[in-house]
Amino acid sequence: MSRLRNYLDKVKPNFEPGGKYHAFHSVFDGFETFLYTPRTTSAPGSVHIHDSIDAKRTMIIVVLSLLPCFLFGMYNTGYQHWLALGETVMPFWDLVLYGFLTILPRVVVAYVVGLGIEFAFAQWRREEIQEGFLVTGIIVTMICPAEIPLWMLAVAVAFAVVFAKEVFGGTGYNVVNIALIARAFLFFAYPAQMSGDKVYVATGAPFGFGTPLPDTFTGATPLGQIATQNGPDIVLTGINGQVIDAWQAFVGLIPGSFGETSTLCILIGAVLLLATGIASWRIMLSVVVGGLVTGLIANAFTSPLYPASFIPAGEQLLLGGFAFAAVFMATDPVTAARTTTGKYIYGFLIGAIAIIIRTYNTGYPEGAMLAVLLMNCFAPLIDHCVVQANINRRLKRAKTSRA
Amino acid sequence: MANKSVFFNPLSKDNPVLVQILGICSVLAVTAKLEPALVMGLSVIAVLAFSNVIISLIRNTIPTNIRIIVQLVVVAGLVVTVSQLLEAYAYDVSKQLSVFIGLIITNCILMGRLEAFAMANRPWPSFLDGVGNGLGYTIILVIVAFFRELLGSGTLFGYQVVPQCFYEAGYVNNGLMILPPMALITVACIIWVHRSLNKDLQDK
Repeated sequence: MSRLRNYLDKVKPNFEPGGKYHAFHSVFDGFETFLYTPRTTSAPGSVHIHDSIDAKRTMIIVVLSLLPCFLFGMYNTGYQHWLALGETVMPFWDLVLYGFLTILPRVVVAYVVGLGIEFAFAQWRREEIQEGFLVTGIIVTMICPAEIPLWMLAVAVAFAVVFAKEVFGGTGYNVVNIALIARAFLFFAYPAQMSGDKVYVATGAPFGFGTPLPDTFTGATPLGQIATQNGPDIVLTGINGQVIDAWQAFVGLIPGSFGETSTLCILIGAVLLLATGIASWRIMLSVVVGGLVTGLIANAFTSPLYPASFIPAGEQLLLGGFAFAAVFMATDPVTAARTTTGKYIYGFLIGAIAIIIRTYNTGYPEGAMLAVLLMNCFAPLIDHCVVQANINRRLKRAKTSRA
Repeated sequence: MANKSVFFNPLSKDNPVLVQILGICSVLAVTAKLEPALVMGLSVIAVLAFSNVIISLIRNTIPTNIRIIVQLVVVAGLVVTVSQLLEAYAYDVSKQLSVFIGLIITNCILMGRLEAFAMANRPWPSFLDGVGNGLGYTIILVIVAFFRELLGSGTLFGYQVVPQCFYEAGYVNNGLMILPPMALITVACIIWVHRSLNKDLQDK
């Protein structure tokens, strides 16, 4: 490792003022602080909180906690493809390789476009490069269908980074979740590639690997199938026609967006996030409670008009992007509510709205994305009300104790 | 000289949409396609120019207390005229524009110009001011509609512009451009470019 350090020290003068590559100073700085803890400390003379965890370390832990979902996504992409082919033999490494080859170009495109814009803006504003896109880049690919066309992904990522992040001032200043903006952009701009029963099972042969499926192939996600039924017994089937039970939905062997099908892997990520104290357990808990309560209410008033109301509340949490949104989206510290009481309100409403959209708006089979985006917008208002209520309560106490 | 700036200022430096942020609602509503946007712009130019002239002519006889009502009556009369003309000679477009021609009455640009300019100036400068502001509004409308129709429908004035081979190669029209949010974002981008070019408009 010291060789790398020495190399960095050797080329560093080129990037300092007066150096040959001064124009790329922020790029160099970004890589150096990514690889090593910065050597500089805050200027003396004012109060600072010292902690060895800076934003880059935080982001890496989030990426690590996303890894189980990502790895499982590769396997599941292959698994669904093999199921669709009608194969019964599932060679493990072939499945993983297929998923890997399918998702690799998406990850590369998301990072190249997103980081490219980020670097350009940092350079333009003469700021340090912010590390926010490390997480966004991987999440974007995980919440889209595995075979989303590359140019669409590029357009959506560019749109999201510029209009959801850079115009607000960069990492840490965004009002809404950037990865979700990219997804929402895709969802509204290219609905045919983001919903329906043709997009959630990978059909191609990436880099010539695997057997392509015919264009006419269809395979609906569980949530997509619900809309076509009218209860009281909702039967959800996998690609091969077999009934999906709650266990399969929990493990995640169902068609869906690349990285969000497996509630099991999401839970592993959640444990890591909670153990390191990066995500708020209050938000996660209240999202789940909000979803459960709303699901139970929907169960109590079932109607064939709204077929999703027949799904047991517990199973609702396993399907679609609900769990992923609860663990990785709602807890984003930048866009979530900051006050303790606010976190409970914010999380509960995300869970409740997600299930309400899913159940009562038959036009949208999944509501987790819209619920998180909506509550992102309301988070500052919730915080304001909580803080104001606290001020009022203490004012009142001060007045009564004086009297 | 003064007349010149009265006419040219609203085109850029004092643009009603970009600088004063007026008339945004109709920018959202009528810019999904170029043709209605252009017709809407022309209608606003006509109404704005003539109402400016009429109000300017009678500005010394309008009692101050009821001036807004008088202005509204004049504008309403002109809007109805324009609306009837459109229905008679451009029925399809007037169908597409539906209530938005009628809603020119409530367009903030009109009341703003009548109050701020026509009430205090002679007819000829008022006419130039009306045409200038109407043009400033129309330019933005057309730019927004150009991008929304091109990217959202792949057409311009209804003619297909994006070649068929693009679609065969996998290109898809951007459905979001047809939806109102993208009108706001397009206007925001134009404002972004405009302010970058005109440093004196930037907030300190």
